[in-house]
This record gives sequence, C-alpha cells and structure tokens, in this order.
Amino acid sequence: MLTIKEISKTFNPNTITEKLALHDVSLHLAPGDFVTVIGGNGAGKSTLMNCVAGTYPVDEGSIEIAGTDITKWPEHRRAKFIGRVFQDPMMGTAANMQIEENLAIAARRGKRPTLRWSSTAKDRDHYRELLAGLHLGLEDRLTSKVGLLSGGQRQALTLLMATMAEPKLLLLDEHTAALDPKTAEKVLSLTREIVSRQHLTTLMITHNMRDALKFGNRLIMMYGGQILFDIPEEKKKHLEVKDLLAMFEQAAGSELVSDSLLLS
Amino acid sequence: MDLVISTVSQGLLWALLAIGVYITFRVLDIADLTVEGSFPLGAAVAAKLLTSGAHPVTAILIACIAGALAGVVTGFLCTKLKIPALLAGILTMIALYSVNLRIMGKANLPLLSQDTIFSITKIPGLDAGLTVLAIGAVIVLLVAVLNYWFFGTELGTAIRATGCNPHMIRANGIDTDIMVVLGLLLSNALVAMSGALVAQSNGFADVGMGVGTIVIGLASVIIGEVLFGTRSFKNCLISVILGSIVYRAVIAIVLQMGMPPNDLKLFTAILVALALSMPLLQARWNKFRREVTR
Repeated sequence: MLTIKEISKTFNPNTITEKLALHDVSLHLAPGDFVTVIGGNGAGKSTLMNCVAGTYPVDEGSIEIAGTDITKWPEHRRAKFIGRVFQDPMMGTAANMQIEENLAIAARRGKRPTLRWSSTAKDRDHYRELLAGLHLGLEDRLTSKVGLLSGGQRQALTLLMATMAEPKLLLLDEHTAALDPKTAEKVLSLTREIVSRQHLTTLMITHNMRDALKFGNRLIMMYGGQILFDIPEEKKKHLEVKDLLAMFEQAAGSELVSDSLLLS
Repeated sequence: MDLVISTVSQGLLWALLAIGVYITFRVLDIADLTVEGSFPLGAAVAAKLLTSGAHPVTAILIACIAGALAGVVTGFLCTKLKIPALLAGILTMIALYSVNLRIMGKANLPLLSQDTIFSITKIPGLDAGLTVLAIGAVIVLLVAVLNYWFFGTELGTAIRATGCNPHMIRANGIDTDIMVVLGLLLSNALVAMSGALVAQSNGFADVGMGVGTIVIGLASVIIGEVLFGTRSFKNCLISVILGSIVYRAVIAIVLQMGMPPNDLKLFTAILVALALSMPLLQARWNKFRREVTR
C-alpha cells in the first residue's frame, strides 16, 4: 500500500544548523499493515511521516501509495490518499467552526469543493451516527464549535475525521502524547477499533514502548534518520519492553540508550 | 431626521466595505491593505464609466470586477511569491494609486450631471435621501444573503477553515493558496462596490478617497462584534452591517458636538486602537480589581 524507496531529507543544507533527518530510508507497508514506530527525539520518526504526508518534499528517493508515485505531489493533493492525526489536538480541527462543518470538510477529503451547501439533513444523520460511535456524547452537539471540546474529544473527533472518507493510509503522529493517561488510553482503543474495522493501513508513531508492542502487527525502531530494525508480527508478540531496550543497545551502542530513548 | 436618514444610508453603503474587511480580517485572518486602493478603484472605474455614458448598474458590476482583480493581484503576491500578506496589500494599494489616476485621467472626477444608480431609480413617495437609503438597504441585504449562502457551501466552508486552521484544511485536500486568493477576490470586489456606490452618492470620485478605509472597515467590524455578537456566521454578518451604521452615527454625533472634521481620522484611529486592545485591557482591569478586593 505504501512503498518508500531510499528517501533522504536534510534540513538547512550547507548551513551551520544542517541536519540530516532521514538517510536512505526504505519501507514497504502491505495493505492492512498497522505499524508502530518508536525512536528517540531526532530519530526521524516525525520527519518520515511528514515526508509521506507531503509537509516537506524529500531530497532523494520516491514514495508510492497504492501504486501511484506521489513523490512530487503537494501536501493537499496527497490528502486524497492519506488521513492524518497530529500530536497537537488543536491542529486537526478548525476551532472556530462547528463540529458539523468540520465533519463535512473531512467527509469530502480529497474532492474539489463545490457550491453545494456543505451538509444536508441526511449528512447530519450520518454524522450523528458516527459521533455516537465515539461514546463521547458529541452526537447531540453538532452545532457546537470545536474549540469548546477538550483535547481528548478533539483528538477523537480528528481520528473520526481522518478515517470517515476511507484513507489508503492513516498517519498517526504521537496522537495521544498530549493527552492525560486515561484519555490517551481511550483514544488508543478507539484507534484500534477503527483501524481493525476498516482494515486501514496505518503508521503510528509513539513515545510509549508498551503501546508500540501492544498495538499493531509490526514495529519499526528508528535512530539517527534510519530504520534500525523492523520487527514482524510473530516476533513482536513475544517481545517485552526490556527486549526492545536490549535490541536497541546492541544496534546503537549502549551509552546512547538512556540519552536518546525516552523510557516509559 | 434628514441627518438620521443620511447617516444610516452612508452606513449601509460603507457596510459593503465592512463586509469585505470582515472577510479578510476575520475569515482569512489577514490584515489586507489592498482595501485602501480597491475602494477608490471601484469609485474611479464607476465614475469613468458613468461619464462615458455607461448604465449605472453596468458601472457598478465592472467596478466589482476591477476590485476582484486587485484582490487576485494581492493574492498572487502573497501565495505564489510568498510576500507577507500585509506587505503584499501595501504593494497593490500603492500600485493602484497610479492605476486610479490613469483611469480617471485626473485626481477628481465629478458626477454632477451624470445619471447614477440613485438618480435613475424613482420610487414613488420617496425623496432623494430616502431613495439612497432604500437602494443601499436592498443592495446590502442582497450581498449579505449571497455571502451567507456562499460561506455555507463546501467552497465557502473551505475558505473559512483556511483562515481558521491551514494545517487541518490542507490535510483534508484543499489548496490553501487558492482559498486565500478567492477570499481576497471576494473581499476586494465588495470593497470596490462600496467605493462605486459611495462615489455615486457623494457625486464625485477622488483619488484620495481610499485613505483610512481599512481603519473605517476595522472600526465597523469591531464595533459590530462588540455590540451585536459573534455567535454564528449569520450573526457576524448582521453585526458587521450594524457596526458600519453605528460607526457613521458615532461620527455624526461627534461632528455635531463640534469636533473639527479634520480630526476625524485621528478619532477613528484612536477608537480602533482602543477596541483592538479591549480584550487585553479588560483582562488587566479584572486582575487589578481582584487584587484590590483581596
């Protein structure tokens, strides 16, 4: 579903702040793969995701989704294939607009906007049904402004918006990192429910190694702009956090572990 | 009574400018100074066409198109050439000064003997003053309804979301550059329409009539929002129109009280500065009061 071939990305090239963020990264996701991504700060996780989403162009290499080469596509055009949930709960929704208006925009992700009224009575019934599935009581608040919702509610809404027009690829960039543990857990179980119901091909960055092991069928660990290892389902099932740490130590050198990996 | 009628009519004709400023300042979240050039552009185009014998309605529509083009120029400068929006607006505004002089051929074009939208409309029982009021009301109502409809469509919603959260709307497949250009186009078309109507009501177009229009627009938007609320988009539109009328009333009152007309712009600037700093001043005042009562 997603094929990344040898992509590289350097920020601020030829300056004193030059930073090689991705170095020859290749990755292939089969349809239905749910891959969790871990790695320390500056490992390149978010850069990888932003390069796939088109936030920044890549310097080298190519990116394909569902057989289409999208390497040169601008961000908004890639949205046809990609649903995204950001780390910042404020980023995925328009705060000054109603829940209904946000959903109407997401329902038409990747389509050219027309001069039709943005949502009809039939659309609203559909939105209510979808919102009821979140179990947050939002189905009665279609005309509330999104800015009135809590961070957890906004993140759940963003998740719904990212998946309501079925994406070929779902990108989750530490989407629970800004939430309190209890809310984070709720949003994560909602994520699992939606991903498995729609068989979505998913890439999920997390800082939490336990979540990385608990969710998904594959795990990749990044370090220094490269994929350090890629663990398939059978092997992942039997791993624990301490095994991950040991693997990282072996691959990257022990003195780096405490500095570059946030333990949780 | 005459003063009340002319105040309200002026408020209505300038309300189109206020709606235009609302679209850029609030919906797109851009302070667009193109307005200072597109307002006199609308006046100049309409005046030139009227003196050349065009029908007033045609003159107003072509003035709108000219304003829309001015908006597109600013949009191109700020999206494709990445010039900061404020500077892009200033560039277009300055360029329009020369363009407006070229259109009119001189600095001031009187419309004394020409037919205008207000002189050709004969409504039984209404004198000249009430005719301006009636036509102003009809046009503003029409523009407000059209705006309400447009900003409720898929395209209009996308423009609103662009101003609110560009990340979100790009992630949903909308080209924010196009949305910004469309917003500026619509805004400046309305501003030019306002200029075309004001010129016809005043009986002349002047190259300097744009000075301070952005501040007048902002004053109307802010006064309207404070007095009449911002609950929904419909509410905002109504607030902005009423804000424009209240602004004219305030001006009429201070002039009646004997303020020299030359001080008007200074007065307006202070009014807007106060209104814009209101949230901060209010927070400070509340904090101060809490500390005093403790």
